[in-house]
Amino acid sequence: MPLSARPPGSGEPYVLSASLDNARHLSSLLRAVHFQDHATCFATVNGLKVTVEDAKCIQANAFIQAEVFQEFDVQEDSVTFRINLSVLLDCLTIFGTSALPGTPTALRMCYRGYSYPLMLFLEEGGVVTVCKINTQEPDELLDFDFCSTNVVNKVILQSEGLREAFAELDMTSEVLQITMSPDKPYFRLSTFGNAGSAHLDYPRDSDLMEAFHCNQTQTNRYKISLLKPSTKALALSCKVSIRTDAQGFLSLQYMIRNEDGQICFVEYYCCPDEDITDAEL
Amino acid sequence: MRFRAKIVDLACLNHFSRVINTIAKLAKTCALRLTVSKLYFILSDKVANGGVSMWCELCQGNFFDEFQMEGVAAEHNEIYLELVPENLSRALKTAQNAKAVKIKLTNKHCPCLRVAVELPSLSSSSRMVTHDIPVGVIPRRLWNDFREPSVPDFDVSIYLPVLKTMKSVVERMKNLSNSIVIEANLSGEMNLKIETDLVSVTTHFKDLGNPPWASEDGCQSSAQSRDLESMAEARIDIKKLLQLLAGQQVNPTKALCNIVSKRIVHFILLHEDVSLQYFIPALA
Repeated sequence: MPLSARPPGSGEPYVLSASLDNARHLSSLLRAVHFQDHATCFATVNGLKVTVEDAKCIQANAFIQAEVFQEFDVQEDSVTFRINLSVLLDCLTIFGTSALPGTPTALRMCYRGYSYPLMLFLEEGGVVTVCKINTQEPDELLDFDFCSTNVVNKVILQSEGLREAFAELDMTSEVLQITMSPDKPYFRLSTFGNAGSAHLDYPRDSDLMEAFHCNQTQTNRYKISLLKPSTKALALSCKVSIRTDAQGFLSLQYMIRNEDGQICFVEYYCCPDEDITDAEL
Repeated sequence: MRFRAKIVDLACLNHFSRVINTIAKLAKTCALRLTVSKLYFILSDKVANGGVSMWCELCQGNFFDEFQMEGVAAEHNEIYLELVPENLSRALKTAQNAKAVKIKLTNKHCPCLRVAVELPSLSSSSRMVTHDIPVGVIPRRLWNDFREPSVPDFDVSIYLPVLKTMKSVVERMKNLSNSIVIEANLSGEMNLKIETDLVSVTTHFKDLGNPPWASEDGCQSSAQSRDLESMAEARIDIKKLLQLLAGQQVNPTKALCNIVSKRIVHFILLHEDVSLQYFIPALA
């Protein structure tokens, strides 16, 4: 529900203020979770978390730690607001998206709190752009309750091994099936499309497999249309951790190194697809 | 009525192709006016602002090695044709490595501009690719619709910022709004602004410089007695502005705009041998 934006110069102090020498450190991470127009921003002294959800069964979070920013100041315990992510990305990339190394766009971000707009100040080559984006009441977010003690199976793979597989996923298949097992096939991605089934196996002793902790054979299916956006996060990342819990909930955690070598994370959580009979499994 | 011309120099040919590509981005259909010394691409837009909205002028001598034109009559030694510039652009695409390009006005079944491209080939005889571009002959009684526009009595004249930056910004703004406000003052400052329910974005350009216009009668024009900080502004269709910026394939030698507050924005882009004027009326 939209709130009317109060005029910016009304003197209330900023509850969130941050500076970034290179706006791309923020915009590239946000693009990795941009599959819906709206996102919830959550800021604490530790940094910024941006959450996007769809269909009550998929959630993506982008984490940008406070250390990535040149300045990151949060006056309250936490600051939360809902914002149009498409608009935010258009503003962050106002000077274009081509990665020219010599001319980064500098960013300053300020927020006065509840009902105020988010203010962005972007500068490149002496040209300044000021953006005022309206914010809304934050939504109730899903809690996947995914903690390490519930994890049944976990693998860590080098992203380069998965990139091609994900880019070429058979989108005529309704689901992506993930099999994880201490025995063969160890780690298998399967699709069931119009042309037939496709299986891609990663053996536990593969060079790409950085860690392999599978205790139980699990086969779970996830709606492929919901997982496809995670390809963007995969493209940026160097490593990905894939975990499932006893209910078959999936956690994908992507480790992303930005242009300055700093580490940020993006994670995707997905519910298993319920519309399948046991017989098919 | 006769027209035949030939380009042999590859640099001139590429230059000419670039000009046609720019025109094709700005107009679906336009008039081509041929005189002894010049070519003009003109878009007349009576409905929107009662006058010409695009005027592009080229000196034929800078492009053509041969140029022969005989107009409709001795006292009116000019030809006006209506054509689709995209057709000409496509024909010239095949001429990227040509030995020569000949353009001729023909009337076999209907009036056409015949573009004959001579391409190099491994055998002794060249390959010829011929395109027949249908054109309409514009009768003399309509020539008044295509008169050269006069520079409007503007409030502010200012040099444009680096077109690449301006284009990036306008491209993004187009995702957020259908209209854009362009405002500028006589202190070399220009702002591009969009404002909707969701967001407002303003880009500030400084130190752009204001072109010195010598007024015709020597006394102070309305622009000169103006407060230097005061902004002249116009709200225009963002797609039209983006079409103009996106069509620029080479950086112009000079780029400026004249703003008549709330009425019209007049853009002038000058290259060495081509001048382009483009008018965008203000939205109601």
